[in-house]
Amino acid sequence: MPGLFGQDRRMSLIAVQNLAVTYGGRRVLNDVSLTLDPGEIVTIVGPNGSGKTSLFRAIIGATDAAKGNISLQPGLKIGYVPQRLHIDPTLPITVERFMRLTERVSRARCAEALVSAGVPDLLKRQMAQLSGGQFQRVLLARALINRPDVLLLDEATQGLDQPGSAAFYQQIETVCRKTGCAVLMISHELHVVMSASDRVICLNGHICCEGTPAVVASAPEYRALFGIGTGGALALYRHHHDHDHDHSHSHEAAE
Amino acid sequence: MLDDFMTRATLAGVGVAFAAAPLGCFVVWRRMAYFGDATAHAAILGVALSLAFEVSIFPGVLAVALAMALSVTLLAGRGYAMDTLLGVLAHSALAFGLVAVSFLSGVRIDLMAYLFGDILAVSRIDLLIIWGGAVLVIGLISWRWSALLTSTLNEELAYASGLNPNREQLILTLSLAITVAVAIKVVGVLLIAALLIIPAAAARGLARTPEDMTVIAAAIGATSALVGLRGAYVFDTPAGPSIVCFAAIIFAAFNLVGRRSKNRA
Repeated sequence: MPGLFGQDRRMSLIAVQNLAVTYGGRRVLNDVSLTLDPGEIVTIVGPNGSGKTSLFRAIIGATDAAKGNISLQPGLKIGYVPQRLHIDPTLPITVERFMRLTERVSRARCAEALVSAGVPDLLKRQMAQLSGGQFQRVLLARALINRPDVLLLDEATQGLDQPGSAAFYQQIETVCRKTGCAVLMISHELHVVMSASDRVICLNGHICCEGTPAVVASAPEYRALFGIGTGGALALYRHHHDHDHDHSHSHEAAE
Repeated sequence: MLDDFMTRATLAGVGVAFAAAPLGCFVVWRRMAYFGDATAHAAILGVALSLAFEVSIFPGVLAVALAMALSVTLLAGRGYAMDTLLGVLAHSALAFGLVAVSFLSGVRIDLMAYLFGDILAVSRIDLLIIWGGAVLVIGLISWRWSALLTSTLNEELAYASGLNPNREQLILTLSLAITVAVAIKVVGVLLIAALLIIPAAAARGLARTPEDMTVIAAAIGATSALVGLRGAYVFDTPAGPSIVCFAAIIFAAFNLVGRRSKNRA
């Protein structure tokens, strides 16, 4: 696994060092360091208000760092899939026009990108008419259209049901493993994304724990944050990938 | 040809409609209607200042409209609800402007001409300023078109594409100030926002892309200027309000037709 401990900094696409972010005197992120290397799929999990979105905003330059620094590889191409994209009903826009929003690409390229995102034949549709799942896949297709080096996904499956979001993440894994595009994603559904992730970072204002999905899922810090509420789905995951975990520590604290 | 006051009025109306169309679409998409109002209302203060310092109306209005738009943008981040803030600023700017005008002794000002426009009195110089402003606004907006559209859709998407949404907002603010300054003669400060919003809103139902909507809005605006002026001439009604009335009729007609065809489907 490349750069598991983030030491090979000259290779990193994104390197965040000791980042702190403050909103109106309230510190939402403190001393966060992480790296993303080419081809890696890294998932950030954390409860609401844990600073996940602030971290993303700092990486894309939408929020200033109060401390620390963020370095992106020079010329890094970012494909961004936002958490929620509200299109005002007064703004008419077809899928094709939306795909070409920031990149000059041919119609064939648009169609191709839609196929690889699993939603062919949508080119002429209005964005406003798409279902939740179609909409998110179009967002994904747009983000992938210019062959980015890294894909940033901010809770990209909000509003999808569990099979829908599982299929969505599977699509991302397939596309990114094929193109070598690195992925940094935020999700609250560790159980859904974990099988696709190389690394998981558990965030709650600071980095609580990180490592392979299995390590994080069984870490006491993660359990303390998420409790056993996800136990059923975790069992689902374990059923496929895991063996035996000893649950001798208490889960009560987070309930 | 330009000797005829009706020709000059028509050209002026069409020029303002062209500038207002792309800007009006962004005003509608970004829900800045009240913002347009506030900027336009501040223009009356610009008129008073221009007259007091004996400078041409255009730079005075431009400066005050720009100052207004910038202070609204700055204050918006300070925790007031946007509509409250704009309601306070728009109407106080208008009130201060009207009071300031009353202080001007010596010159007798036809206030109505600035509140509702005086399109029939457009001179050749005015025409030059109006078309110069229109070309500038259309140029600015087409230059930043993709960036403006991306920032309007989603701020984070814009940042991730290497754009700065705040800078794009500034482009719109500047365009708005220019449009207000050139439109004051045509429809007056009270109806500028109508000229921005109504054609864009009427175009919405017919458009499939943002570009379509802009072109259709321009066509509706220009038609309104032509028909409104003609109507004003025939029925001896005030010209600026007549233009806005016709735009409103188009809006209503398109909406009725749109609704009926939707019901049938």
